[in-house]
Amino acid sequence: MFTNIGEFLPFILQGLSTTVQAFLFGAALAYSIAIVAGLARTSKLAIVRVVATIFVELFRGTSLLVQMFFFAFVFPSLAPFTISTFLAGGLALGFNYGAYASEVVRGAVLSVPDGQKEAAISLNMSKFQRMRLVILPQAFRIMLPGIGNNSIELLKGTSLVYFISLADMTYRADILRGANTALSSQIEIYTYLLLTYFVIALPLVLLTRWLEKQASKGVSTA
Amino acid sequence: MTWDWEFAFEVFPEIISAIGVTIGATVAAYFISLTLGLVLTLLRRSSFKPLSLLVAGIIEFIRMTPPLVQLFFIYFAFDMSPFVTGAIVLGVHYATYVSEVYRSGIESVPASQWEASKALNFSTAQTWQKVVLPQAIPPVIPMLGNYLIVLFKETPLLSGIYVLEMLAVAQMIGSDTYRFLEPVTIVGFLFLVLSYPSALFIRYLEKRSGQLPGSSEKGVKT
Repeated sequence: MFTNIGEFLPFILQGLSTTVQAFLFGAALAYSIAIVAGLARTSKLAIVRVVATIFVELFRGTSLLVQMFFFAFVFPSLAPFTISTFLAGGLALGFNYGAYASEVVRGAVLSVPDGQKEAAISLNMSKFQRMRLVILPQAFRIMLPGIGNNSIELLKGTSLVYFISLADMTYRADILRGANTALSSQIEIYTYLLLTYFVIALPLVLLTRWLEKQASKGVSTA
Repeated sequence: MTWDWEFAFEVFPEIISAIGVTIGATVAAYFISLTLGLVLTLLRRSSFKPLSLLVAGIIEFIRMTPPLVQLFFIYFAFDMSPFVTGAIVLGVHYATYVSEVYRSGIESVPASQWEASKALNFSTAQTWQKVVLPQAIPPVIPMLGNYLIVLFKETPLLSGIYVLEMLAVAQMIGSDTYRFLEPVTIVGFLFLVLSYPSALFIRYLEKRSGQLPGSSEKGVKT
């Protein structure tokens, strides 16, 4: 066992760029959505709040894999244009984790003490200035642990693009398994795959912890 | 392609007949994660350092790798039925999350409680059983409830190892008829209908449990 590393690992790693691209695309979309939807849910306008809430609950309430199937198999038959499998997978990842992360954003914005907002008003700051200069910088610090965890979940979620035949690492491992039917090779293949995901996630975890520490510097904890 | 009600009504019974598998897998995995989660938490707090480090390492590894890959790994390494494999893998994966919840509950029990039970000459086992756990668990019950919904929404993963849950049935119908619109939408709808009210109920419990005597702010926050 574990003798075919020279053959198996490079084959699996050919899917690395797809995994990383799906992660980056998904993360960029998810965090843009999270900020917009998260702030929309704290809006004074009821209609904005309701629309954002429906969006968030829709993507939190159905399953990620169901959404991925929807974007990959249903969407192309509804829309007059075609979307690639990569786009379908990326959209599902971005929308789903964006909906979850919007809760992190909302929670963080709401946890900034009211006095901060009042102080900003008394300094005659505009609504936009208040948000940009007072609320968000403080909320961002509170968001970091949640965003970090969300990113790790997103990275793990990229493995689901296997189901829509996007050639990520999990998909490559499946091809390899089809060609190597011996039980020991199959265990070997998935061991390498697990370790690779672990190695990719590790810097993400360490970065999150480091950011958490940096962000709490110079802040009184009382 | 437009929505075809006749087709939707035709496939609805077929999809809903798989709901038992979905719910069965959820409940089985949930039971495993609640029990194993507690075991992991207690082991991690062991005063025997190598053991607690080992358990902490295992928890980190499981949390950082995709459940889908773990599913494949166990499915191909052991000759178990897909359903049993699925319940065990999802159960073990979320046990690592649940154990963090227990930990937050246990850490919210004041140290003076330990000292008081020492003063009463309680053994360690007695202290856990009679003093710490009864105070640590109730406040975190809403958070544990959240993981029931999370698990429920993760069950479509099991279609990857040929468990015939709802999404797998929808996919089979889709590839037979070339119509994915209705089956996938129905599955999404069923997930929404079942998970959203449960999520609302748990949010209500969470709000209420914050007001219960003995529950600290720390154990209740999500």
